Amino acid sequence: MLSIANLQVSVADTPILRGLSLDVPAGEVHAIMGPNGAGKSTLGYALAGRPGYEPTGGSATLDGEDLLELDPNERAAAGLFLSFQYPLEIPGVPALTFVRTALNAQRRAQGLPESSAPEFLKAARAAAGQLKIDFDMLKRPLNVGFSGGEKKRMEVLQMALLQPRFLILDETDSGLDIDALRVVADGVNALRSPDRSMLVITHYQRLLDYIVPDRVHVLAAGRIVASGGPELAHTLEAEGYDRIVGEAA
Amino acid sequence: MVAVAETVKAVEALAAYEHGFVTDIEQEFAPKGLSEAVVRYISAKKEEPQWLLDWRLEAYARWLQLEEPSWAKVVYTPTDYDALHFYAAHAQKPGPKSLDEVDPEILATYAKLGIPLREQEVLAGVEGAAKYAVDAVFDSVSVVTTFKAELAKVGVLFMSFSEAVREHPELVRKYLGSVVPPSDNYYACLNSAVFSDGSFVYIPPGVKCPMELSTYFRINAQNTGQFERTLIIADKGAKVSYLEGCTAPQRDENQLHAAVVELIALDDAEIKYSTVQNWYPGDPETGKGGIYNFVTKRADCRGARSKVSWTQVETGSAVTWKYPSCILKGDGSVGEFYSIAITNGRQQADTGTKMIHLGANTRSRIISKGISAGRSANTYRGQVTAHPKAHGARNFTQCDSLLIGKTAAAHTVPYIEARNGSAQFEHEATTTRLSEDQLFYAQQRGLSQEEAVQLLVGGFVKEVLQELPMEFAVEAQKLVAISLEGSVG
Repeated sequence: MLSIANLQVSVADTPILRGLSLDVPAGEVHAIMGPNGAGKSTLGYALAGRPGYEPTGGSATLDGEDLLELDPNERAAAGLFLSFQYPLEIPGVPALTFVRTALNAQRRAQGLPESSAPEFLKAARAAAGQLKIDFDMLKRPLNVGFSGGEKKRMEVLQMALLQPRFLILDETDSGLDIDALRVVADGVNALRSPDRSMLVITHYQRLLDYIVPDRVHVLAAGRIVASGGPELAHTLEAEGYDRIVGEAA
Repeated sequence: MVAVAETVKAVEALAAYEHGFVTDIEQEFAPKGLSEAVVRYISAKKEEPQWLLDWRLEAYARWLQLEEPSWAKVVYTPTDYDALHFYAAHAQKPGPKSLDEVDPEILATYAKLGIPLREQEVLAGVEGAAKYAVDAVFDSVSVVTTFKAELAKVGVLFMSFSEAVREHPELVRKYLGSVVPPSDNYYACLNSAVFSDGSFVYIPPGVKCPMELSTYFRINAQNTGQFERTLIIADKGAKVSYLEGCTAPQRDENQLHAAVVELIALDDAEIKYSTVQNWYPGDPETGKGGIYNFVTKRADCRGARSKVSWTQVETGSAVTWKYPSCILKGDGSVGEFYSIAITNGRQQADTGTKMIHLGANTRSRIISKGISAGRSANTYRGQVTAHPKAHGARNFTQCDSLLIGKTAAAHTVPYIEARNGSAQFEHEATTTRLSEDQLFYAQQRGLSQEEAVQLLVGGFVKEVLQELPMEFAVEAQKLVAISLEGSVG
């Protein structure tokens, strides 16, 4: 599925990722943990193609396709979805319109017929129900005036409707109370499937109690410094980053 | 008439009668520059009655006393009025009887613009599609007006201004200049002296115009000013929806467009006037060329409970100076202004409206959406006043600006004046920037950069677009997208 080899990325000419290698096979959920400033969000943005996040070496492929050569929308059409830590407000564009326009743009790029209005609305109703989102909220401009928790739920709703192959969750737990966290995690877990993989970026172990990863990687100073099973997250929580990061350095 | 013919001869001799060849049509010009003789020449060319010539000459005399206004937030090289042709006509007899008499090159131009001039073409269109009648004005002269016969059946008069002067002089004389008097402002005064053609509409009492009326203006000739005049009268209880569209070819020099539009709504009448303006905006890099769009548009809600609604989509022109306004004279009359003004490249727009509340319980509503991209400047200038007798006057103004990129400018200049205690005015304004983060967010979900801009801008202008007649809303939406092409990244 996702294969990253020796990836180097600079932001404003400052190297942030310094030779990161990572493989996420199909169907697996991997967590990326690390201290502040380790380059966790940079990894997500670089994979999604955010302007200003310049790859200077290495490679990143999704099912063999070179991601770094593609425009952000082409990466999306290839099945890559980044759930933002701070989802943007889109004034004047109802959430439903936004998601349907995006879905149809992806379908066109994939050579598929566009989703019909009834078909789309049915899917949207189902997803909203599961995420406990009032359907009328989807008629309001996307994220405008929404609470932090509502914005995160809208991100999961978009995943559910766009059905990406590879998901990157960037600090999805930030700003969520425990009830909202449970709803969001349930939504993400419902998307787990043998042909879909996920990369869960988080600073705290808390989220991983709800979205249990197959593998946990520790990112520090732009490299993966340790990898292990879900128990690694608990070790980090108990002992802090310093020891592991210190050992690696 | 002998004197008139002599004037024509004299003027032609003066400047060695010129033929301009632009694309493939033959043109007939007034000599360059403006003088009393040129005003007489234009009037004579159009075989106008004495009263109209006198009206023009009076306007010309006043114009000489006026100075070009400089209060707008626009900077441009002033027009050299001596280098301008004030009249350009394609060389054919005025008033073609049918389309077969119209120069095929002109028809081809309108076909290219997607404007159907053949009634059967409109009728052959999609079944159930709304019919609309067109008056096509090419440079100074009306080319053709469609569906006249069908409209005449219900008493609606829709024709070129020149024709109206010939066929309904009493109506023209009664209403011409009654909303925008020649002395109103510099450009309106200039227009009054030299206006060439335009559209005339009269809807008789109680008649709801059975189809959308529209005028398409095209500036073709070089070094030519376009000065059209539109006069629309909705008699008691009448109702009409009217749309004007404007285009011009790409030229290196600036071209002046100084039109006057007068609307008159009598008791219980309703006029909806929509504009989709796409004049050539000039070179986006150097700012060279493009149209100076200095237009005076005003509606007089003369009758009780009358209503006028202006909707404009302004995407073109190098410099725009335009304030479609409503004088709310009749008690209970209503004025509305819905505007989308887009500037990109080096364009400058200073546009807005005036709502002058004179009558009791008059209401007005202003929704203005300005979008500035590139290195352009976009100013909303609006005036809302309630006079002492305008008891219970109400206004709501929403004025939003959207900035794209880091080098564009947006300004809002509202003037609000209530001269009686019962008036209620509300003004809301916002300025937002279309951020790269928002664009990236939309792109991450699968939209290309252009699609993302289109969607986000579409959301911003939706409230105004939905005021346009449906068949034009789609066209306008595309125009919005096209005019912002390449504005990001």
